[in-house]
Amino acid sequence: MRTDSLPMEDIPHDRHVPGDLAMWCFILAELAVFGVFFLVYGYHRWRDPALFSHGQQQLHLLLPTLNTLLLLAGSAAIVAAVRAFALNRQRSGRRWLMSTMLAGGGFLVLKAIELGGKFAAGITLSSGDFWMFYLSLTVFHFLHVVLGMVIVAAVWWQARDGRYAGATIDGVETAAAYWHMVDLVWIVLFALIYVAR
Amino acid sequence: MSNASAATLAAEQARAPAQIKYRSQAVAKPYFMAAIGLFIGQILFGLIIGLQYVKGDFLFPAISFSTARMVHTNLLIVWLLFGFMGAGYFLIPEECERELYSPKLAIITFWVFLVAGALTIVGYLGLPYNVLAHLTGNDLLPTMGRGYLEQPLITKVGIVLVALSFLFNLSMTLLSGRKTSISIVMLLGLWGLAIFFLFSFVNPNNLVLDKYFWWWVVHLWVEGVWELIMGAMLAFVLVKVTGVDREIIEKWLYLIIAMTLITGIIGTGHHYFWIGTPAYWQVWGSIFSALEPVPFFMMTMFAFNMVKRRRREHPNQAATLWALGTGVMSFLGAGVWGFLGTLSVVNYYTHGTQLTASHGHMAFYGAYAMVVLTMISYTMPLLRGREANSPQAQNVEKLAFWVMTLSIVGITLCLTAAGATQVWLQRMSSAPLSFMETQEHIMPLYWARLVCGLGFFSGLMLYLISFFVTGKRQD
Repeated sequence: MRTDSLPMEDIPHDRHVPGDLAMWCFILAELAVFGVFFLVYGYHRWRDPALFSHGQQQLHLLLPTLNTLLLLAGSAAIVAAVRAFALNRQRSGRRWLMSTMLAGGGFLVLKAIELGGKFAAGITLSSGDFWMFYLSLTVFHFLHVVLGMVIVAAVWWQARDGRYAGATIDGVETAAAYWHMVDLVWIVLFALIYVAR
Repeated sequence: MSNASAATLAAEQARAPAQIKYRSQAVAKPYFMAAIGLFIGQILFGLIIGLQYVKGDFLFPAISFSTARMVHTNLLIVWLLFGFMGAGYFLIPEECERELYSPKLAIITFWVFLVAGALTIVGYLGLPYNVLAHLTGNDLLPTMGRGYLEQPLITKVGIVLVALSFLFNLSMTLLSGRKTSISIVMLLGLWGLAIFFLFSFVNPNNLVLDKYFWWWVVHLWVEGVWELIMGAMLAFVLVKVTGVDREIIEKWLYLIIAMTLITGIIGTGHHYFWIGTPAYWQVWGSIFSALEPVPFFMMTMFAFNMVKRRRREHPNQAATLWALGTGVMSFLGAGVWGFLGTLSVVNYYTHGTQLTASHGHMAFYGAYAMVVLTMISYTMPLLRGREANSPQAQNVEKLAFWVMTLSIVGITLCLTAAGATQVWLQRMSSAPLSFMETQEHIMPLYWARLVCGLGFFSGLMLYLISFFVTGKRQD
């Protein structure tokens, strides 16, 4: 296999932060909120591992695993959308954006089923530390998926007039950056709450 | 148009100050004058309670500590509201590029608010509180007796009517004029202010619920919608004095608002640690309010960044100084000093000590008093027919800025030391002292605070004098 002859065109010459810088500031702030939340979760888990382990054993992995795949699929779709708009393939770009929204919608449905089951079982924010963190983090993240879908929908709507093409795809990149943040947070959340026992 | 009406219009235009863009903006002037007058009253009562801390029977029984404290805090809120209203009447027409919907209504509103405010203060000082409550219909709908919301029922109803008239006037102006981010954010904040005030009428018998909704007024004002008003006012002045592109300033404004709302709304939880609300508030309140300094820090960055990138040298240097001062002092007072007691594990020890008072003083001055003074500093010369005051007048105003700001830093440091001592002696020590024994130990700090209070008052007098310094005007 040859590894010494990467074509020069693939190396980006103009390195810049994709999307709107303001969105990146917002993303950093969002990550700070989730980051602090995860740290506090870790601290409480360290203080009472038995309680957290008991709570985690009552969580099923099927729905959250499917949700992880859905969010990753949504991220892949929005990357494809950015690429399509960069190549001025408008219909394809909008279709990929719609795919991202469908993946997000699927996530919300599965998450609502999961949370509905917990509420039906009488679990509330006052059912102990583990369930307080479980509900706080998953519902807070749920709201971020909703916001991500609103942002993607706004870009999809605006893309009707072909404004995103070639180098002027800031709006799509901005939406993609936010969606990736929502995805990234979920992966950490999934690992911390559901998997790490 | 008839000749007579054309002549009248021309005469009116000639009388209108040369520097304001829309004649109806002049209605802001009485609001600002009243704000300054009430500010002076607030500080006088601050000095009275500062002295009562060290000489407990000072002015007793004519003015008791609880009455003087109530007047001090109520005057603060009222003068800030006058400031916000004046700012709204000045800012909205200019941003919307049209005259105010009804200047006459604005003047009527002004007198109604001023008279109602004055009568309320007279009631506080002239009648025992329970008699005032009985006379003003508190038996019909009990709303009195809670911090900041001590006003009689009729005053509260009056405040709602004044707010509705004010918002109607501004909203009608906005609806038919240019819509900018600054004007929309300003109106959002002002509508929020009015809507959350309605919770002052919610007074459940259950004390937990009473406190719970009380914070919906107090917290969601100062750590929520008031920040929108502050951001809009600061952005307005920065657009004017720096000449930086509106697009850049508006982007900052949106970011600040997003962070304010993300952290501030659930941040209400830092008041729900020990009042009987569920335990999850300790985690929610700690996490979200720990990030509340972020929007204030962004406000500091915003102010300095815009001034650094300025595209013009505005002759009103005093206004620029106030704007920068707001950025710094709001971050220190609301952000840093707010953070000091915001984590539940720390608040367990510091709750209700002088540390809270230290934060309250610097935050109210740094964020809200200063932003109103920034607006007054920028607009008053325009309302008086000139772009900026003379350099001599500005020098006095700048001196007043420094004296007041350093004095409030002094007050804050004294109260911080008092609070730390209080926490140590009364709550952490292996042999804790009683509340009153602890007070004896911190008496020297109360004296020092009083000296700083006198310093603040002298700074305020300098500020007042600066309006009467003429000197040679700048073109």
